Amino acid sequence: MLATMTTETQSSNAPRATPLQAMRVAASAGPAIVSPTRITLEKINAFYDQKQALFDVNLEIPDNSVTAFIGASGCGKSTLLRCLNRMNDTIPGARVEGAIRMDGTDINAPEIDAVQVRTRIGMVFQKPNPFPMSIYDNIAYGPRAHKIHESKAELDEIVEKSLRRAALWDEVKDRLNKSGLGLSGGQQQRLVIARTLAVSPAVILMDEPCSALDPIATAHIEALIDQLREHTCIVIVTHSMAQAARVSQRTAFFHMGKLIESGPTDQIFTMPKLEQTQDYITGRFG
Amino acid sequence: MNTPAPLAIGARRMHPADTTFRLSLHAAGAVVVIVLLSILAIMFIGGKLAFDTFGVGFIWGTEWNPVTKIYGALPAITGTLITAILALCIAWPIGFGIAYFLTETCPQKLRTPLGVAIELLAAIPSIVYGMWGFFVLAPFMSEYVQPWLTNTFLWIPPIGDSFFWFTAPPIGVGMLTAALILAVMILPFIAATTRDVLLSTPQLLKDGAYAMGATRWEALTGVVIPAVRGSLFGAVFLGLGRALGETMAVVFVIGNAIRMPDSLMAPSATIASVVANNFPEAEPGTLDLAVLLALGFILFVVSFGVLAVARLLLRQERMS
Amino acid sequence: MKQLSPATRARYFRRQLVDRLMGGLCIFAAGVGLLLLALILWMLFSNGLAGLSLEVFTKPMSQPGSGGGLANAIVGSLLQVGVGAMIGAPLGMMVGVYLSEVGKESRFASVVRFVNDILLSAPSVLIGLFVYQIAVLPFGGFSGFAGSIALALIAMPIVARTTEDILRLVPQAYRDGAVALGSRENEVVRKVVLPAAFGGILTGVLLAVARIAGETAPLLFTSLGNDVWSLDMTQPMASLPMAIVRYSNTPYPEWVSLAWTGAMLITVGVLVLNILSRFSYAAVAGKQGG
Repeated sequence: MLATMTTETQSSNAPRATPLQAMRVAASAGPAIVSPTRITLEKINAFYDQKQALFDVNLEIPDNSVTAFIGASGCGKSTLLRCLNRMNDTIPGARVEGAIRMDGTDINAPEIDAVQVRTRIGMVFQKPNPFPMSIYDNIAYGPRAHKIHESKAELDEIVEKSLRRAALWDEVKDRLNKSGLGLSGGQQQRLVIARTLAVSPAVILMDEPCSALDPIATAHIEALIDQLREHTCIVIVTHSMAQAARVSQRTAFFHMGKLIESGPTDQIFTMPKLEQTQDYITGRFG
Repeated sequence: MNTPAPLAIGARRMHPADTTFRLSLHAAGAVVVIVLLSILAIMFIGGKLAFDTFGVGFIWGTEWNPVTKIYGALPAITGTLITAILALCIAWPIGFGIAYFLTETCPQKLRTPLGVAIELLAAIPSIVYGMWGFFVLAPFMSEYVQPWLTNTFLWIPPIGDSFFWFTAPPIGVGMLTAALILAVMILPFIAATTRDVLLSTPQLLKDGAYAMGATRWEALTGVVIPAVRGSLFGAVFLGLGRALGETMAVVFVIGNAIRMPDSLMAPSATIASVVANNFPEAEPGTLDLAVLLALGFILFVVSFGVLAVARLLLRQERMS
Repeated sequence: MKQLSPATRARYFRRQLVDRLMGGLCIFAAGVGLLLLALILWMLFSNGLAGLSLEVFTKPMSQPGSGGGLANAIVGSLLQVGVGAMIGAPLGMMVGVYLSEVGKESRFASVVRFVNDILLSAPSVLIGLFVYQIAVLPFGGFSGFAGSIALALIAMPIVARTTEDILRLVPQAYRDGAVALGSRENEVVRKVVLPAAFGGILTGVLLAVARIAGETAPLLFTSLGNDVWSLDMTQPMASLPMAIVRYSNTPYPEWVSLAWTGAMLITVGVLVLNILSRFSYAAVAGKQGG
C-alpha cells in the first residue's frame, strides 16, 4: 500500500488536493488491531545554517502508541520532533532533507503546505503556552481558524469534548470565560493539550511536556497521554528515563544527531542491543 | 521573488494570504523610508532657487535683506547652534543631577512618583514653554538679568557698532532667553533618558564597585559612567536634536532679528524661527519661499546628522 | 578604624566629602529643575483657570470685547488630531508589526528602524513645511486635511516604535503555539500576537495622540487657523495651538487670558492621555508577567 501511494506522490507536481485527500481517507480508516506504522522517516538530514543537526535518520513510528525520543541535550531529538510538523520551517536558515511519509504522503515535500500538515499533527511545548485569552477561546482557536464547526452549538460541543478528553473539564467548566493564564501550570499544559485535541489531530508531538511541572501535575499528564494513545499516535521527547519507561511503547535513542537504536520500550530498557544505549539508560553518560 | 527581503520561510512556497500580508507590511515599512527621502527631496527641490541664486555660499552668507533680496543662512545657522548648545550646557548638568538623584540618593518612596512626574513634564507641548517664556521669563530677564549682566560687562568695549556678547538694551528677548526656555523644555527629557540609561546599568557592576569600598559618587564616575558612556552621549544628542529643531518655544522669545549674532541679549533668530516667522509673507514660487525651504533643507541635514549619531550611540549599547 | 594612619583617614574623609558634595549638588540641581517645572505648571494653571468659563467651550473665537471662546479651536483640534491619528496609527502599527514579526534583523528592516527613529525626533516644523509643499500648494490652499496629514506623519513613527517594542515582549511561545495549531503567518499575527499586545499598542496610540495634540509648528503651514466656525476639512481650520499663538501676541488681556486657558486645556488633555497610556501599559505588562 505504501509503495503505490508513494509513486502517486512522487509522480506529482499533482494538484495539492490529491495527497491530502489520500491523507484524509487513510485517517478515517480507523485504528488497526496491531498498531500499523503511521509515520515513516527516510534519511532525514537537518541543518541549521551550516551546522548539521540530524544525520540520516530512518525510523518508523507506529499508530495508537507512544514513541519516546530520548538522548542527551543537543542530540537532535527535539529537532527531529519539529521536523514532523514542519515547525523548523519557521526558523530562518533551517533546512530539512529526506522524506517523512504519513499515510503514504511525503509531508516534508516542498509542495505540501506546512499549515495543512500542522492541522493533522498537533504539538505540545515544553512550557505551557496558553494564549492570553479565555479558556473557551483557547480551545476554540483551532476550530475557528480552520472553520471546522458549523454552528456555535457545535463549537461548544468541540470545546467540551476536548476539555473532557484532556481531563480538564470538571476543573474549568465553571470558568470557561476566565483567562487561560489564571490556571496552574499542570492545568495550563492540559489546556494546551485540549487546544491541540480540538482540531482532532492524527498525531500529537510533545516536547518535554512535563519538564516545567511538579510530580503531581506530571502524573496527571502521563495518565492523559496513556488515554490519548487509544485514538492518536503520540511522539514524546523526554529527558526523564523513568517517564519514557512509564508512558511509551517504543523508544528511540539519539546521540549527536544520529539515531543509535530504536525498538519496543521494554527491550530498549531491559536489553538494549548497543552498549552506548545501555550506558545512557543506566546514567553512565549524558 | 516579487519582494526584496528574505521572504521564503525555509525556502518553502508561501500561501497567497501570507504573501499579501507580507507585501503590505513591507509597503508600510517602505512608506517610512519614502517619507524621509521625500522630505529631503522636497526641501531641496523647493529650495533649489535659493541655491541657484546664491550658490553654496548661501550657507555662509551673512546678509539677510528682504528688500534687496539678498539672503544668507549663516545668521540663522549661528543662532540655532548657539541657542541649542547653550541650552544643552544648562540643561545637561541639571538633568544629570535629577537622574542621579532619582536613581541613587532619592528616598525609595519618592522615586516612582518623581520619575513619573518628570516623564509627564517631558510630554508638555512646547508651545506652553513658549508662552511661559514670553509672559514670565522675558519680562524677568529684561527687568533683572539683562541690566545686571550689561552693567557687569559694560567696561568691555564693543567692536564697531555691534554689542559685546553680554550687553544689549534690556528688552528681554534674545538667544539667552531662548536658550533658557529650550533648557527648561529639554530638561525633563534629558533627565528621563539619562535616568533610564543609569538604571540600565547592571546592579552587579555597582555592587562590585561598592565591594571595593567605593563611595556612591566613585561608583558612578568609576564604573557606571564608563559602562554607559555611549548611551549617555546618545541621550545628550537626542536632547540636542530636540533643541535644534524646536520652533514654538523659540519663536516667542528669540526676537526674530535676522542678523549675525553679536550678543546673547539682543534679538536674533534660529532656522526654525525664521521659517515659522517669514513663512506667512513668503508667496509661493518666489525666492522668499525658496530660501525658507533651503533653510529647512539645511536644518534637516543637521538634525539628521545629530539624530543619527544619537541613535548609533544608543543602539551600540543596546546590542552589547 | 583606630589602626588607620592619619593620611589614610584624611583621604577617606576627602572621599566622603566629595561624595556628599556631589550628591548634594545633584539634589540641588534636582530641586532647581523640579521647582522651575513646578513654577511653569503653577503659572499655567493659575492663569488658565482664571480665564476658564463655559463660554470657552460654547462660543467660537471672536473680536476682543465681544466675549468669544475657543469652541471652534477645540473642535478643530479634535477633528484634525482624530483624522491624523486615524491615518497615522494604523500605518505606524503596520510598520511596527513589520519590524517585529517579518523584517526582524534583515537589512531592509534595519534601515526602516533607523529611519523611523530619525523621523521620531525630526523637527516638526519641517514636517509642516513638507506637507505644505505636497498637500497645500498643489491643492490650492490651507486645509484641515493637510493639517491632519502633517499630524499623521508625526504620529506614525511613535506608534511604530511602541508597537515594535511591545510586540517583542509577546512570548515566542504564543507564536509557536499558534503555528503548531496550523495557523498561517498572518493569522498568527492577527489572532494571537496582536490581541496579546493590544494594551501596549493602545499605549503607543495614546502617546502619539498626546504628542500631536500639542503640535503647533506643523499646523502653521497646513491648516493655518480659522477665526470662524468651520467643519470643512478642505478649508483652513482652527486649532487650539494656533489659537494660542494668535491670542498670545496681542495687547488684549481677554485674548491673552484665553490663550492661557487654551494652553491649560491642551496640557490637561496631554497629561490625561499620558496617564491613561500608563494604565493601559501597566495592564498589558501585568498580563505578560502572568
